Amino acid sequence: MERRAYYRNGVLPWLLIGPQLILVLVFFYWPTSQALYWAFTLEQPWGGGNSWIWFDNFLAIFRDSDYWTTVARSAFYALCTTGLSMAVALFLACFVDRSLKGTKIFQSVYVWPYAIAAPAAGVAFRFIFAPQSGIIGSINQIWPGIWDPSTNGMHALAMIIICHAWLGIGYNFIFFLAALQMIPRSITEAGAMDGARPVRRMFDLQLPLIAPTVFFLLIMNLISSFTDSFGLIDTMTEGGPVGSTEVMVYKIYFDGFKSLDYSGAAAQSIVLMLLVIALTFVQFKWVEKRVHYN
Amino acid sequence: MTNIKLLTAASSLTLLALATPALAQTKFEFWYGLSGDLSERVQDMCKGFNESQADYEIVCVSQDNYDANLQNTIAAYRANKQPTVTQIFDAGTLDLMLSGAYVPVRQLMEENGYQIDWDNYLSGIASYFSTSKGEMLSLPFNNSTAVIYYNTDALEKVGFEGTPKTWEEVETVARAMKDAGYECPIAFDPSGAWQWFEQFSAIHNQPIATKGNGFGGLDAEMVVSQGKFVDQLTWIKKMYDEGIIVHKSKDAGETANDAFVNGKCQITSSSIADHGTFGKQAADGVHWTDAMLPIWAGTERTNSLVGGASLWTLKGKSEEEYKGAAAFFNYLAQPEQAQTWSTITGYVPVTMAGFEAMKANGFYDEAPYKGREVAIESLTFTPPTENSRGIRLGSYASIRAEMVKTMQDVLFNDRPVLEALQAFDAKGNEILRRFEQTYKGAQLP
Repeated sequence: MERRAYYRNGVLPWLLIGPQLILVLVFFYWPTSQALYWAFTLEQPWGGGNSWIWFDNFLAIFRDSDYWTTVARSAFYALCTTGLSMAVALFLACFVDRSLKGTKIFQSVYVWPYAIAAPAAGVAFRFIFAPQSGIIGSINQIWPGIWDPSTNGMHALAMIIICHAWLGIGYNFIFFLAALQMIPRSITEAGAMDGARPVRRMFDLQLPLIAPTVFFLLIMNLISSFTDSFGLIDTMTEGGPVGSTEVMVYKIYFDGFKSLDYSGAAAQSIVLMLLVIALTFVQFKWVEKRVHYN
Repeated sequence: MTNIKLLTAASSLTLLALATPALAQTKFEFWYGLSGDLSERVQDMCKGFNESQADYEIVCVSQDNYDANLQNTIAAYRANKQPTVTQIFDAGTLDLMLSGAYVPVRQLMEENGYQIDWDNYLSGIASYFSTSKGEMLSLPFNNSTAVIYYNTDALEKVGFEGTPKTWEEVETVARAMKDAGYECPIAFDPSGAWQWFEQFSAIHNQPIATKGNGFGGLDAEMVVSQGKFVDQLTWIKKMYDEGIIVHKSKDAGETANDAFVNGKCQITSSSIADHGTFGKQAADGVHWTDAMLPIWAGTERTNSLVGGASLWTLKGKSEEEYKGAAAFFNYLAQPEQAQTWSTITGYVPVTMAGFEAMKANGFYDEAPYKGREVAIESLTFTPPTENSRGIRLGSYASIRAEMVKTMQDVLFNDRPVLEALQAFDAKGNEILRRFEQTYKGAQLP
């Protein structure tokens, strides 16, 4: 039985959703349309004039091999961050779900990292990972030169990935824990009675049953690692050394705000936006319907 | 943060406005990109100006840093809410010049009846903020140049009298320091492309780009891989590999400046504006001095480049506001103002008269100000040449960032120097062509 409420008055619904619509228009569609316009023009920063150049901005960035390196790096970054963050969060959630001693404390403790703003975490991690003075840097006392994110690009990228993953653990943990606790106890108990050990139960029972959550988190994490890395990178490495931590979103910031190439940055953000739209589309239209075990 | 500051500033202004009886005062805004102690000094200056006369009231707003100030000024200009006066740093200068969004300072002062002796500005400073024909467009405000700093105890320990004048001598003392057990003879931060690359090119009279570093037109091309900087970077790489030059940076855990004031590194290069900071921060028992940047033996020294920012008057304001701006600029140009500003900040006096007055007062004779005259000597060593009057290249922030990457690539990834610099030139040319296309048909003033 489906029940629906109808408004007889045609104006009222519009009035009710009006404030929200205006907000979305002003803060989302208006800037996006501006960016779209700039992406097809060469915009002078002080507004002295611009010229319509069709797809030249896009061709320019697609021809630039440095840009493709940045795209590949962003993809690598997104996969590593997502994988690491989700794996650790799932691991922790499984333990907390088993109602061992102190579960209540861990439930809240593991969420804390999510409450820390990325730039603040970035500054803290910069000190922790600093090769010449940080805590992690002290392993250089034992093996000189083994850890140096200030000169070694791989180290720097690894450092940012670890920090980003760490920040995301709290968020993932909450979702995983909630999903695990939604699973009827009878199912796991039945598994246990049939002799399945916890690890086996996790892979054969729990994981398939929380697949929708896993998929949701996968998409959210991928999107977040494409778009939210700015705060960390800006405070920790500023894209260096040798550009090895320059991901798409940081390059947009640098080209747009530091070197005032508004059009180039606009074209890049359109590309990034399409990527995020594509990911969201995949989530809503395609896979979400297929991961339910019903 | 900024919002709260703005709010406090706004509310205190409202209070002020309520407290003072209504006068026929013209209010105008000045946005600047300094924070902390320097911002306080600017506020003092604004207060001084407001108290010195009754016709105008300047409202000074800090935007935290140069970048933020540039971005906010642009956004405000596009929304027609710009301040009358704004402070723009070197890398943002060219875009503003081409935009036509400003009133040239010379015109502003003439129209409002102020006589300014433009020839009195230090030549190296004036040329940076002038058209290729020599007309000043903005008022030099906080300016500096790069110098080299030495730990005098370390120099003494290796038996060197005075300070090294050439890179050969620097190498000799640095090697001797290494042998004497100093772990870090020279501190080097690749992000300091300004002192290690741009200043090197200027004092050795080497072009960075054709057309007089871009002064002659937007079609300039990069020529770094064809000049002396190839040898210089090769030398830096060699010293780095031998452990004589040591990498110090924010992300390594300690900046070059910190390593120097703590006595860990014995030689570093930085802005003269750090002279005051070093004096305050130097650890107990660390003695130091500064000198002009070294040159290679057998080369002629040219003047060094000016760094820092200048004040621009923006278009679209009322006659009265321009009168106020001109009065403010006139106030800044008074010798006593120039001296106070230079004393409290470490920036150089921008006029010859200001410098002479300070010299006559014995300002430079004693610590903590002794040593700051080196900057003036360096800036005025020769009349500016095509290669040392400034850099006028589009999207220069990007080109500078490419140089930082190039130096890191050579040092950390062993990329061959010549190949790296050729790639740098190619990348720089791409950036320049894109800029040229954005300002198609525009003429450099």
